[in-house]
Amino acid sequence: MCLAIPMRVTELLPDGKARVRQDDLETVVDVSLVERADVGDFLIIHAGYAIEVLETEDAEERIRLFGEMTGR
Amino acid sequence: MSGRITLEHGSGGALARELTEQVIYPYFQSQDYPELVDAGSFSLAGPALLTTDSYVVDPPFFPGGDIGRLAVFGTCNDLAVCGAVPLVLTLALVLEEGFPIADLHRVLHSVRSAADEAGVRVITGDTKVVPAGKGGGIYINTAGVGRATPGLELSPARIRAGDRVLVSAPVGSHGLAVLAARESLAIGTTLLSDCANLHPLCAGLAELGPALRCMRDATRGGVAAVLNELASTGMGMEVLEDAFPIRPLVAAAANLLGLNPLEIANEGVLVAVVAAGAEAQALRILRGHPLGREARGVGTAVADRRGKVVLETTIGGRRYLDMPRGLLLPRIC
Amino acid sequence: MSPEAARANAARADARRQAAPLLEEIRKLCDALGREVRLMEVCGTHTVSIRRAGLRSLLPANLHLISGPGCPVCVTPAGYIDAALSLLDQPGLHLATFGDMVKVPGASGRSLVGRLGSGRLRILYSPAELPELARRTEGPVVFLGVGFETTTPTVAAAFLQAARSGIRNLFLYPAFKTVPPALRALLASPACAVDAFLLPGHVSAILGLEPYRFLEGPGGTPGAVTGFEPLDLLAGILSVLRQLAAGRRQVDNAYPRVVRPDGNPKARQVMEELLEPADALWRGLGEIPASGMVLRQEYRFLDAEERFGLPPLWNAEPPGCGCARVLQGILEPERCPLFGRGCTPEAPVGPCMVSTEGSCAAAYRYGGAAP
Repeated sequence: MCLAIPMRVTELLPDGKARVRQDDLETVVDVSLVERADVGDFLIIHAGYAIEVLETEDAEERIRLFGEMTGR
Repeated sequence: MSGRITLEHGSGGALARELTEQVIYPYFQSQDYPELVDAGSFSLAGPALLTTDSYVVDPPFFPGGDIGRLAVFGTCNDLAVCGAVPLVLTLALVLEEGFPIADLHRVLHSVRSAADEAGVRVITGDTKVVPAGKGGGIYINTAGVGRATPGLELSPARIRAGDRVLVSAPVGSHGLAVLAARESLAIGTTLLSDCANLHPLCAGLAELGPALRCMRDATRGGVAAVLNELASTGMGMEVLEDAFPIRPLVAAAANLLGLNPLEIANEGVLVAVVAAGAEAQALRILRGHPLGREARGVGTAVADRRGKVVLETTIGGRRYLDMPRGLLLPRIC
Repeated sequence: MSPEAARANAARADARRQAAPLLEEIRKLCDALGREVRLMEVCGTHTVSIRRAGLRSLLPANLHLISGPGCPVCVTPAGYIDAALSLLDQPGLHLATFGDMVKVPGASGRSLVGRLGSGRLRILYSPAELPELARRTEGPVVFLGVGFETTTPTVAAAFLQAARSGIRNLFLYPAFKTVPPALRALLASPACAVDAFLLPGHVSAILGLEPYRFLEGPGGTPGAVTGFEPLDLLAGILSVLRQLAAGRRQVDNAYPRVVRPDGNPKARQVMEELLEPADALWRGLGEIPASGMVLRQEYRFLDAEERFGLPPLWNAEPPGCGCARVLQGILEPERCPLFGRGCTPEAPVGPCMVSTEGSCAAAYRYGGAAP
């Protein structure tokens, strides 16, 4: 029930929409379900809607988490 | 002639004759097809191959191609992967009442230019009209005859353990382009079909002689279907997920829609199985052609797990790569 | 090699490198636990992701991953599909749906696939397309509202927008489900043999961690909110194994970059403006209290059931369907009396076989084993 991918905001559009991008894929999504969406933010996109804002860049956060979990 | 196709255009009367003589035939009149006759003629010395395919793609026009182009390349590719040189085609049209004649012109133009690109001639055809609601606008059947290449024996039965599996081009484009066009998927990006004539690649690989075991055109069901089909004839297959060429745009779009690029239809991807020692040369041959620049070796035939395709995943896990089941539909779950 | 290809290669090598210590820890913990460990991955997307990554082949033999009831399409009662098909008999009525629903068979054995060419069945990628679709259509448009809490707010947003713009021909046939009540129902059976849960990452992005607190404490069941990429899956698995080894029973967040403790209040607000909890019927599991969502009184004018007089939902499983017990981890697919005898992927009975990635469908295809 949870197919969602991270995409970066490239442009804010009227009526609660935003243009987002992942690699070469660009699409327009609805951002009315998230508190904020600024150009440069990474949003989690599900069924054409942003459902959350990614707090930090993927990689750093994960490395930190895994480090905690494995004691390295 | 303008306007739309009516039932009269298929009734064999004056209007039908007009459609054939004034709209369809002019695209194909040539030395090989100097006048409208009931049967086209051609000469062929030696063994020949015959194949047929029907095309019902919806929508008939999509980014990167259309049903006309598909109908030519699809059938020619079936001949080419069997080692034949495509020569002549039939062109049977089933038109739905109401189909715009301007669109018919577009399709015919595509058929003719694809035929020219492939070096084949349409030498006979037929046209029928079905009532509105009984057909998808336009359906096409093409049958193709090709000259068999002497000494070339291609069959999955020739695959041996250790043989290498090659893929000629990035996968997943065609099916996504058609899906996006058909469902007007609001993904806001133009994905292009990879519809192409594979004969030059096939002819190039024929140089390998007996080291070339067999070839396949990866269409519906994607490379996953082809790999399973090849495995079903006796060997197992082990392939590397990382090795398949995939355009970042296709990967991202497939990801967004919950689809696996390995299961998505192609119309310009060749899968070839060659002896291990011939892999380097085969890749050189493929990469020497614009359509094969991104050719990769993706896996190996193995003697165990016969009939199955095992995929080593990006993370180093192993799983079976199934025969895809049925329709390609976007997911949200 | 192109820059993208180089980047992709680097990312993959990186993924394997990062996976190695996680896998090592997982092996150590499974060894130390020394018994069969059963983890339920609740979410259907987890089931698919685990299979795509080939994760089972990397995990120790005593670690069992059970597919849970988290495929909203698969737990939709068979009668819902038949009712949807009957809607298409209404002249001028258009049906819109996510692609996921199209292949599921109803009690009649028929699915929506047969109506794809009719011109009155629209597959949508996003509910955002609904207002425009309704404007363009003369007759009524009914949307099949199926999904868990990740999806429900998106449908709610679209319907609220349509209502505000004065659109009058758009209707909702709700079959939304919620996750926490389903977990309670599974745990309510004393025979439930699940040791820990991998909790759905994106549902939790909406809900936050609070709704899972009932899992914590003595007699509880450890859980970890888990993401979907292979490394996220390993992190979630590791998280619950550490809890089991330490005797902890808590809800960990192994997906903190997306899931905040408080989730997404704005999305919940939108969902709750249009919908309210109600008892719901789950295919294979029966009725679970407060596990569904229906239109609030003031929005009942959008309800397709009322507008078109649809019958109440019904389940049609023949006696002997073992899904409930398969989902609780106490029955193996092959031991279900209907497995392969009246229940197959082509003619599935319960959700475990309806889902192409469900435990039973997977067992049927490859005996559940990894190569």
